[in-house]
Amino acid sequence: KVNCVQFNEEATIIVSGSIDSTVRCWDCRSRRPDPVQVLDEAKDGVSSVKVSDHEILSGSVDGRVRRYDLRAGQLYSDYIGSPITSVCFSKDGQCALAASLDSTLRLLDKETGELLGEYTGHRSTAYRLDCVLSEQDTHVGSASEDGSVYFWDLVEGSLALSLAVGRGVVQSLAFHPTLPCLLAATEGHVQLWREETFQPQGDPG
Amino acid sequence: LSVGERIKKPVPLQEQTVKDAKGRYQRFHGAFTGGFSAGYFNTVGTKEGWTPSAFVSSRQKRADRTVLGPEDFMDEEDLSEFGIAPKDITTTDDFASKAKDRIKEKARQIAGVVAAIPGTTAFDDLIGPSKITVGVELLRKMGWKEGQGIGPRVKRKPSRQKPDPAVKIYGCALPPGLSEGSEDEEDEYQPENVTFAPKDVMPVDLTPKENVHGLGYKGLDPSQALFGVSGREHLNLFTSGSEDTSNLLGDLRHSKGRKLGITGQAFGVGALEEEDDDIYATETLSKYDTVLKDEEPGDGLYGWTAPKQYKSKKRSEREVKYIGKILDGFSLASKSSAPSKIYPPPDLPRNYRPVHYFRPVIAAGNENYRLQKALEESAGKLESDTAQQSRHALNASQRRERLGETGLKGPAPSVLEYLSEKDRERLKEVKQASEQQMKAKILPRQSRNSRFQPASSRDASHKWQMLLGGQLANAGSSDFKPFARNPEKQKRYESFVKSLKEGEKDTLEHYLDPSMTEWERGREQEEFFRAAMFYKSSNSTLSSRFTRAKYEDDVDKVEVPRDQENDIDDKETAVKMKMFGKLTRDKFEWHPEKLLCKRFNVPDPYPDSSIVGLPKVKRDKYSVFNFLTLPEPTTSVTQATNEKIQQNSSLNKPKKPSRWDVSDKEKEKKDSISEFISLARSKADVQQQPPVPATEECGTGPSETLPTEAANEDKDQEEESRPSMDLFKAIFVSSSDEKSSSSEEESDEEQQPTASVIDTETTKQVDLPVSSSSNVQENVAAAADPGVSLLPASTQELDAAEEFGPKLPPAFTSGRFCRLPVKEKHRKNREKHKTKREHKHKKEKKKKHKKQKNKGKHKNKKSEKDSSSDTSDSSDSLSDTDTTGLSPKELLRR
Repeated sequence: KVNCVQFNEEATIIVSGSIDSTVRCWDCRSRRPDPVQVLDEAKDGVSSVKVSDHEILSGSVDGRVRRYDLRAGQLYSDYIGSPITSVCFSKDGQCALAASLDSTLRLLDKETGELLGEYTGHRSTAYRLDCVLSEQDTHVGSASEDGSVYFWDLVEGSLALSLAVGRGVVQSLAFHPTLPCLLAATEGHVQLWREETFQPQGDPG
Repeated sequence: LSVGERIKKPVPLQEQTVKDAKGRYQRFHGAFTGGFSAGYFNTVGTKEGWTPSAFVSSRQKRADRTVLGPEDFMDEEDLSEFGIAPKDITTTDDFASKAKDRIKEKARQIAGVVAAIPGTTAFDDLIGPSKITVGVELLRKMGWKEGQGIGPRVKRKPSRQKPDPAVKIYGCALPPGLSEGSEDEEDEYQPENVTFAPKDVMPVDLTPKENVHGLGYKGLDPSQALFGVSGREHLNLFTSGSEDTSNLLGDLRHSKGRKLGITGQAFGVGALEEEDDDIYATETLSKYDTVLKDEEPGDGLYGWTAPKQYKSKKRSEREVKYIGKILDGFSLASKSSAPSKIYPPPDLPRNYRPVHYFRPVIAAGNENYRLQKALEESAGKLESDTAQQSRHALNASQRRERLGETGLKGPAPSVLEYLSEKDRERLKEVKQASEQQMKAKILPRQSRNSRFQPASSRDASHKWQMLLGGQLANAGSSDFKPFARNPEKQKRYESFVKSLKEGEKDTLEHYLDPSMTEWERGREQEEFFRAAMFYKSSNSTLSSRFTRAKYEDDVDKVEVPRDQENDIDDKETAVKMKMFGKLTRDKFEWHPEKLLCKRFNVPDPYPDSSIVGLPKVKRDKYSVFNFLTLPEPTTSVTQATNEKIQQNSSLNKPKKPSRWDVSDKEKEKKDSISEFISLARSKADVQQQPPVPATEECGTGPSETLPTEAANEDKDQEEESRPSMDLFKAIFVSSSDEKSSSSEEESDEEQQPTASVIDTETTKQVDLPVSSSSNVQENVAAAADPGVSLLPASTQELDAAEEFGPKLPPAFTSGRFCRLPVKEKHRKNREKHKTKREHKHKKEKKKKHKKQKNKGKHKNKKSEKDSSSDTSDSSDSLSDTDTTGLSPKELLRR
């Protein structure tokens, strides 16, 4: 069972994270049936995978965020503790956001693995919920099991907004890479949230 | 044009095409399809073609023709033993055992009796080889004749009344009169004193139903279709009369002599058939229904496949009409079954709504209480949902309470009972302390969130002290050194713990570095507290596991196999303490697949290694990256040096101080990094350079730069042959140039639009180490002669790195956002590969540039940038990332 897939920047590689605790890189150019490389360092299912220009970030149920740096040829493994549901690069590529099943989002410094911020208030105990960063890295967002989408100020860590999206679990969440534009999926609906009046703070609503 | 060309050239014969009016290609070949080009390009009939054979009438020779059987067209192997028509000697039907087709024989016998000319089959038997078995022969001798039943002769009446003993009818009894239906017509005349042989019994056909047709389905009976019912009628769609007899006689029609088997007569009557008189006679329109109406009682037929109807005259028409057709072997029941009793449906209450709605779950609250209560009452005093849910959560005592049982009077349930009053009180205190600890945990965070306040921190510290005081018996012992990397800090930490043990109140103020800012002090204090707490909590459980080595990753991991992550226990505690970073991080060398690198447009970090994934080899001690990513050793110094900068910056940015508080860790890291950059140049290069040759000797040095260096060596054999003086010159020039460029930084920085707030102090601070480092490089290069072959490369690396030096300023300008420089450095290191790879190309350019540098210092910078962007495509991306890297800074500015 594949949990997540992601293209790399040039769409030449598909990176898939699977429940069999592997991240597999599939070649798009040649139609090779077997993966280019299997990253089987995870001890449990891989719940989330993100790809930047030279990194593969994977969050696993074993409570670790692993970052494979292709350029440096290094694997950085950060222990979070509780099962990771979603990981996310910040837009500036300096930080990694990890959502875990202890209802906490953690902003980790990519280079050192230090904790830069912690965001709580939402509920995430059972589902594989997504976390996002707003288009200018000003806010941290996360889906929640209580039907809302929560946004925190990235720096202050204070809850900035809780967006009542639906009654059920917010299954999936995505933020537009450049615009303050949010996509949320809940109860079989996909909702697009958009703010008409664009504020310089980029406060998503 | 093409048309004209075609006209010019005479088209060869093979390419001539003819199309019809619709543009379709017409076929040429074959006389039957037009024949205008018969044969191979109309060669038929010509001298090079073949001549068609002329028609020769075979009318006269018809007699000569031999009739060809299928054997004539078969191959020899078909006729062999395993072919489709083996020519073997087999026993024919006549000699086969008679036992198997007894039924057929009997049918034959019956046919012999019933047929038009009785006894024809008997003649057959007489003429042919004897097929009669002994039993039959015996029977015959006893007076039995074909067509008769076996048994004593009986009078007609009794035989009629009792059913055939052989035919057992299960289920309902036959309605009276049915069994005799077939015989009624036959025996009109019954003499009194004549006995008859018992009627022959047709064996009951007990063929299992193997098809999926409906019960009673018969399909198109081919015998019926071919021979008609009586053999004289044309295919009769409308079976009528005399069917019962034919049914009873079964195989009669099959065994009728002349028409036995398929004789070539198909549907209808052939031309050679004499009996074609009533072909058209029987099929009249009147036999069809012209009006759709109720089934006529007489011929209730439903088409071809409908089951045939029993035509019993005794049966009342009404019944048949009501039931329709009766299947073979079934009969109508004489007695009607008792009508099933029908009960009326229950009366619905008047206010009944056929929709179920769930009672709303009401949150327990004061305002909802009454409603909930009402609901509970309405639910018939059932336990409310919530109560039921929490049933499992009940403990034994609660359950007991609910059940109304009396408590057990055994031993006291709690250990507390056994304790003395004193102890109990002490326990209570401990409990309170732990609660306070929880609060204290929250407090620092709060203080961080809402602007750093020394007062609150002091409060917190007091609380910490309260918590830790007295319990830190071993905290300062030598085996726990959370800041071992930073001796100064460790010293401070130890003194802190000691003072904490002694219960001093304002311990922090004494040992903290007086040169530190308030913020830093607060931070360190917190760190110490945490470390102390961490140690305390893990002291008992982890002291055995926690070895000193774990903290000094870069040193010790040389021995540790790399594909193994550290104990989770340690990390868990670290996570609990929110001490993310080193404690929770594992770093491994990881070899990406070459193709993966290619697809990602990233140079292979380990071009020489054939390993993929995590190598099993041990880690290299002197990886540059180990050094780079470990900010600890440098923090204290940075804190000292950057103190002022931070103060300045914090003064500059008083608007949103809370951000500072949150990103303190980030900041600390930045500090360390920026400081590292400055220090690294001076210290690290000197320290790190000597190991470089050593690692190279190993050859397997996984540190990024080294393999490439080695590779570069191979590649640059030619370069080595060149006079190294050139290189040295270039290096020295560049380093001197570096100075100039670093001096340019200031001017550049002013040009930078983003670097609006710049402390010249910081740049100067930065500048100095840079220049000093270059000096150091020179020294090193000059001193380290033995590694001449290596050093040029390494110095070139530096050179390459410094070529990107001009990009540093934007990062340096913000001393507070010093995380960027590390990036820069990282990139530089990565860049080294690229630059090396393109070294050959670059070299020429470089030299040019260096010369230019000597000439015009200010101008060459831009050109250098251009060249770098030209030559290395990745530098473009890097510059991109540079700009993106600025984003958090911008963010924070906002």
